[in-house]
Amino acid sequence: MKRELTTIDGNQAVASVAFRLNEVIAIYPITPSSAMGEWADEWAAAGQKNIWGTTPLVQEMQSEGGAAGAVHGALQAGALTTTFTASQGLLLMIPNMYKIAGELTPTVFHVAARSLATQGLSIFGDHSDVMAARSTGFGMLASNSVQEAMDFALISQSASLKTRLPFLHFFDGFRTSHEVAKVEMIDDAALAAMIDRELVRTHRRRRLSPDLPTLRGTAQNPDVYFQARETINSYINATPELVKKEMETFGKLTGRQYRLFDYSGAPDAERVIVMMGSGAESAEETLARLVSEGEKVGLVKVRLFRPFSVEHLQEALPRSTKAIAVLDRTKEPGATGEPLYMDVVTALSEMQSSGESPFNVAPRVVGGRYGLSSKEFTPGMVKAVYDELVKASPRNHFTVGILDDVTHTSLEFDANYSTEDPETVRAVFFGLGSDGTVGANKNSIKIIGEETENYAQGYFVYDSKKSGSVTESHLRFGPRPIRSTYLIQKANFVACHQFNFLERINMLKLAEPGGVFLLNSPFGPDEVWDELPRSVQGQILDKKLRFYVVDGAAVAEEAGMGQRINTILQACFFAISGVLTRDEAIAQIKHTIEKTYSKRGQAVVDANFAAVDLALAHLHQVKVPATATSLLEMIQGLPAGAPDFVRDVLGPMIARAGDDLPVSAMPADGVYPTGTTQWEKRNIALEIPVWDPEVCIQCGKCVFVCPHAVIREKIFPQTVLNGAPESFKTSAARWKEFPDYLYTLQVSPEDCTGCALCVEACPAKNKSQVGLKAINMADQPPLRKQESVNWEYFLSLPELDRTSINVANLKNSQLLQPLFEFSGACAGCGETPYLKLLSQLYGDRAIIANATGCSSIYGGNLPTTPWAKNADGRGPAWANSLFEDNAEFGLGMRLTLDKQIEMAHEMLAQFEGQVGGELVAAILGADQSDEAGIQEQRNRIEKLRKALAKVKDERAQDLIELADVLVKKSLWIVGGDGWAYDIGFGGLDHVLASGRDVNILVLDTEVYSNTGGQASKSTPRAATAKFAANGKNQAKKDIGLMAMSYGNVYVARIAMGGSDTQTLKAFIEAESYPGVSLILAYSHCIAHGIDMRKGLEQQRLAVETGFWPLYRNDPRLAAEGKNPMQLDSKAPSLSLEKYAYNETRYRMLLQSNPERAEELMDAAQNDVNKRWEHYTGLAGLHVDGYDTAKKTD
Amino acid sequence: MVDLKTTYLGLNLKNPLVASASPLSERVESARQLEQAGASAIVMYSLFEEQIVRESLAMNQFLEQGTESYAEALSYFSQVGRYSIGPERYLEQVKQLKDAVAIPIIASLNGISRGRWIEYAQRIENSGADALELNLYFVPTDPNEPAGEIEDGLIDLVGSVRKAIAIPLAVKISPYFTSLPQFAQRLADAGANGLVLFNRFYQPDIDLNELEVTPSLSLSEQNEIRLPLRWIAILSDQVSADFALTSGVRTGEDIIKAMMVGAKVAMTASELLRHGPLRVSEILAEVAAWMEEHDYDSIVQMQGSMSQNSVMNPGEFERANYMKVLSSYSYLP
Repeated sequence: MKRELTTIDGNQAVASVAFRLNEVIAIYPITPSSAMGEWADEWAAAGQKNIWGTTPLVQEMQSEGGAAGAVHGALQAGALTTTFTASQGLLLMIPNMYKIAGELTPTVFHVAARSLATQGLSIFGDHSDVMAARSTGFGMLASNSVQEAMDFALISQSASLKTRLPFLHFFDGFRTSHEVAKVEMIDDAALAAMIDRELVRTHRRRRLSPDLPTLRGTAQNPDVYFQARETINSYINATPELVKKEMETFGKLTGRQYRLFDYSGAPDAERVIVMMGSGAESAEETLARLVSEGEKVGLVKVRLFRPFSVEHLQEALPRSTKAIAVLDRTKEPGATGEPLYMDVVTALSEMQSSGESPFNVAPRVVGGRYGLSSKEFTPGMVKAVYDELVKASPRNHFTVGILDDVTHTSLEFDANYSTEDPETVRAVFFGLGSDGTVGANKNSIKIIGEETENYAQGYFVYDSKKSGSVTESHLRFGPRPIRSTYLIQKANFVACHQFNFLERINMLKLAEPGGVFLLNSPFGPDEVWDELPRSVQGQILDKKLRFYVVDGAAVAEEAGMGQRINTILQACFFAISGVLTRDEAIAQIKHTIEKTYSKRGQAVVDANFAAVDLALAHLHQVKVPATATSLLEMIQGLPAGAPDFVRDVLGPMIARAGDDLPVSAMPADGVYPTGTTQWEKRNIALEIPVWDPEVCIQCGKCVFVCPHAVIREKIFPQTVLNGAPESFKTSAARWKEFPDYLYTLQVSPEDCTGCALCVEACPAKNKSQVGLKAINMADQPPLRKQESVNWEYFLSLPELDRTSINVANLKNSQLLQPLFEFSGACAGCGETPYLKLLSQLYGDRAIIANATGCSSIYGGNLPTTPWAKNADGRGPAWANSLFEDNAEFGLGMRLTLDKQIEMAHEMLAQFEGQVGGELVAAILGADQSDEAGIQEQRNRIEKLRKALAKVKDERAQDLIELADVLVKKSLWIVGGDGWAYDIGFGGLDHVLASGRDVNILVLDTEVYSNTGGQASKSTPRAATAKFAANGKNQAKKDIGLMAMSYGNVYVARIAMGGSDTQTLKAFIEAESYPGVSLILAYSHCIAHGIDMRKGLEQQRLAVETGFWPLYRNDPRLAAEGKNPMQLDSKAPSLSLEKYAYNETRYRMLLQSNPERAEELMDAAQNDVNKRWEHYTGLAGLHVDGYDTAKKTD
Repeated sequence: MVDLKTTYLGLNLKNPLVASASPLSERVESARQLEQAGASAIVMYSLFEEQIVRESLAMNQFLEQGTESYAEALSYFSQVGRYSIGPERYLEQVKQLKDAVAIPIIASLNGISRGRWIEYAQRIENSGADALELNLYFVPTDPNEPAGEIEDGLIDLVGSVRKAIAIPLAVKISPYFTSLPQFAQRLADAGANGLVLFNRFYQPDIDLNELEVTPSLSLSEQNEIRLPLRWIAILSDQVSADFALTSGVRTGEDIIKAMMVGAKVAMTASELLRHGPLRVSEILAEVAAWMEEHDYDSIVQMQGSMSQNSVMNPGEFERANYMKVLSSYSYLP
């Protein structure tokens, strides 16, 4: 076989095999497996063929449950079919997996194994998901590295056809799915050699066909189900040997020989670890060191986990084994042990009891957990496990990698123990998401992998923030294979791509003595020293680091690269590391640039070329002084005043030291305090808005649109303005109701992301210089200190009494305190302004059920949450259950509220005598339709509680507990279009039909934004998206019309940039409507490929082109005999193109396939026209004899 | 029958009416209509170098934006798209138009830097264009940049393009040169086979409601023909290049005037945008009717018959005429 070496990640490696071996592929995005589906879709869109010469048919489904159903059907109809998934996605497939396995149907599900959502969601890798599927009857094969993931993708497919068992092939999410490594590709010939075509035909022959009709899926009775279930045994029993044979065939074809249980280590090992997954690579690396030091240790890598073959395990274990540690990357609470441990214990016990044990003395077996949610599994931890096995009574059911100070399960380990190969170059790069560091490093590792003899590995640590995100790139390369499936702990090259990281990230702790430190610095080689924090200077001196600087920003500017410093730092890395000669490195970088960017146009290639050419001239080695002289210190801890929990638990997470937190620090039930983003001053804006009171008209629009709640206004009596900082600005308030008040508009400089949406929204222009508005962007650094002081002062000013204004007025509404602030959403996010508005209007009494997606991530990803509290301690109570169930989750909350209100009413009646009839009547009859009404009810409840406190009755205590529900709660069910239109639609529909008083807010970005822009049924015609690379040729689902068809659902379609007043009106009406309300909110998104500061402008165009007509459909009007449908936007005045072609998602098609673009755009325009016609028809309908002139505005 | 034939840039044309750059040349369908209505050649819409560069940089920015930073969304768009940003679409359009019509297709290129422009010119030639029109669209804004340097740069550019291609080359210029005759001569010396007079600049307007500058391009008016009429009259005798008159051509009489001052062709877009491609046949009918009425045999016969050197009083095309016009206004009510 020809050896084709390439450098790719695990997902691509698996997809490349799965694509070439299947005919139908049903997909649905879920991290970290999404990329496999994306590759399949892209290859199919490009017309690539499988090994039988046909392009697989790739179909996106509405959920993983749907994908599994489609796979099941496709298999029954005789196609070779596959799918990719992870985590809850796999759980949704389980019902079908039982069916598929029960019916002996060959297929492979490729799983990038990921944690399950329990006390919290995690996107990272462990085996919780696959272990939940272990009883389905699927065969299960584990692969441990990128190469193995590709190899087992093939072995599992061929084994499945041979055994008739469906297979679940799994590899570790992120650690393997996202690791970039040099691998040997499996060519088509090898694939063909492994797949027996006769078996493929046999599979096809079993298809449902009316020419040979059969029946499947019978319902069986107690008489036969049991026996029928046992028919599977002979297939199961035969499987291990058949899989072994497939591995042998594969070994002959590729030279890579696997066994069902692969043993490595000392032949006379006494202590053996049994495990599977990427951690086994770390274990093998450690083992090699220990064996070389004479230790009698070994490792069994479990490949075939199901069916579990006792016989083959027995063969693999050395006869000398005395102690075994079985490591599971999952947790099964309440079980006698984790799954692999249980299997090994049972296997050894069976060997023993059957008298077939090869061991003289039965080995002692212990089980342990490691690596949950991609927790690092390092050589130090491996060694700790082996060391434990030395003990006479090694601890059982231990954990390794954490500090369990509660139930004391954890093994101690030496964090400094290292088995890194000194000949392997280890380089770590700290970058900003937006600077292109990761992309460049992926290219670098590819260059090294493919252009040198070196083995190469790249692993990347991303951020859970979507703005100002910090990335780490860990690159290893060297002459020997790399098994280090853990982050670099000792680097001989550390690069800092953003100067301001130095004040908050102690990156030089990774640097090895004598290593290199490369810093992107605005300060030159002669000036930089004095600008470094003292500890950085100290480490450079102590470790005798070679220190280089390059002014990446200046080079990028000169080359026309904007903020992208990627190729500049890349060139410097190659120049310093010397892995290639400078000329060769530059040639290779340019070659990669050409390959990556040429289709984006020569201008992009030219700019990158210029950056590379200019970079080395700006690279300087710094002559390091003899002593550390800096007066600058790194930022330690959180701002003063942070609550204990925030300081002690969230603080370390913010400081990238969450790994050090012990079990005791974590809330056992996953409950966290709100209002915590305020303590995480991220300081990420390059520019912030600056207020010009002279020009300002105090309209509040900037405050309204700010996605991060960092620009706020207050009005207050002049008398409260005491001790204001000198630079604190005010002007006379323009509120008739508050004639002598002052007005101020203030920005939080360290929370702002610099998105400039506020400036775009500002309608006031400077009359002497129209380029300036009432707020203008200015460089942040010189303003940071002063405006931080001003912000603190601003916060100390009193909030306006909510009952003193009419909040239905836009200008007034923005005086309300936002209780959603400083989220990690993208700079300029189109979703968050709606949530902030919700929090302003109803936050102090809101309960929010939030579907998984962007909003659950910026809403609830640790360490901090933007959901906040007011001075009374009230604020939104927020919970995320899953992706698919959010409507039901929210409805459940409503059911409880309704029941509790009913119970409270019942109890109130019981205690009327004790608390007073007047109070009870007032509570029951309270008008809570406005802020004053709410406040009065709160006062009544307070009175009630006091009165009840005197009552000696258990039920009185219950009522005290429940009385809060008598203050009207505002229940919101929030999610994106992926949830509402696709995976959660069934539930949503049921809730729409429930008639219960819930508000549903759909933040409609028209794609699955959180997983990277896959098409949903909300994606409009003519737009491209992942899974719709050739442009979607299906109109967007009109979920609003569907909801209206129930007749009793309030529906509003809004776009803040199209009409802010209509947006406000819709929120207020939705909340006041005593039934189901649905708000469809246009949310511009980074996945649209737009200049995010023009997001509101795009919203305006969406409305003016008729793409997004604004309306409110209020069933209350129908009850009054009026037409419920009110169109709030004018007839389309521009062609759809004027809106669409400002967005990359549409423009891409114009570039790739202009004819199709034109055709789809014509059809999309037709969609717009027809929809407008339909809506105007609805709005013009006569209702019950009333004519439309009577409708309200 | 009168003979409407003319030659322009060495191309034999069946009449002097050329459809100039407009959306009508963007679609094969309307190009066919222009041909059927009698247009003798089509100048395509311009390939804007600046636009390609901006499109390219913008798309790159939007494709990169937000990528490789958040773990669940390492990209937002398909990575394997077959799109390309560059002159490809334009070149494809040249090919399609060439396939669709028999009349000559004159491609148009608009840009001010060297480098890519020359490459684009070559690729346009390879796509089968019959000739290339270079559009020297440039608004000088730097008070430190001398006129001579700007002119030298433009001449240099034309020379480079001339060297790079073999098809005929026309250059479209603005009237804003201190010594237009000398500049025109230099263009011809640099290898321009034809000069197109004049470029109409997009003139900015002010939106008083929004306090914004709004770019606007109104369709040309008939009186705009006078500026190129004068200059072609002055230049056509002296500069060895074919002249094309553009701006304000609306009727058959306008074509006749253009021919008489020495133009080889007259170009119109605004009139066709107003009334559709079929207007071409009406204008040509007007030309023929006028010629028959006035006993002209051929277009060639009248070309240059009223150039500056041919008229009785050459001063009419010069400054003296200006004073006369002004004084004539004083008699108006």
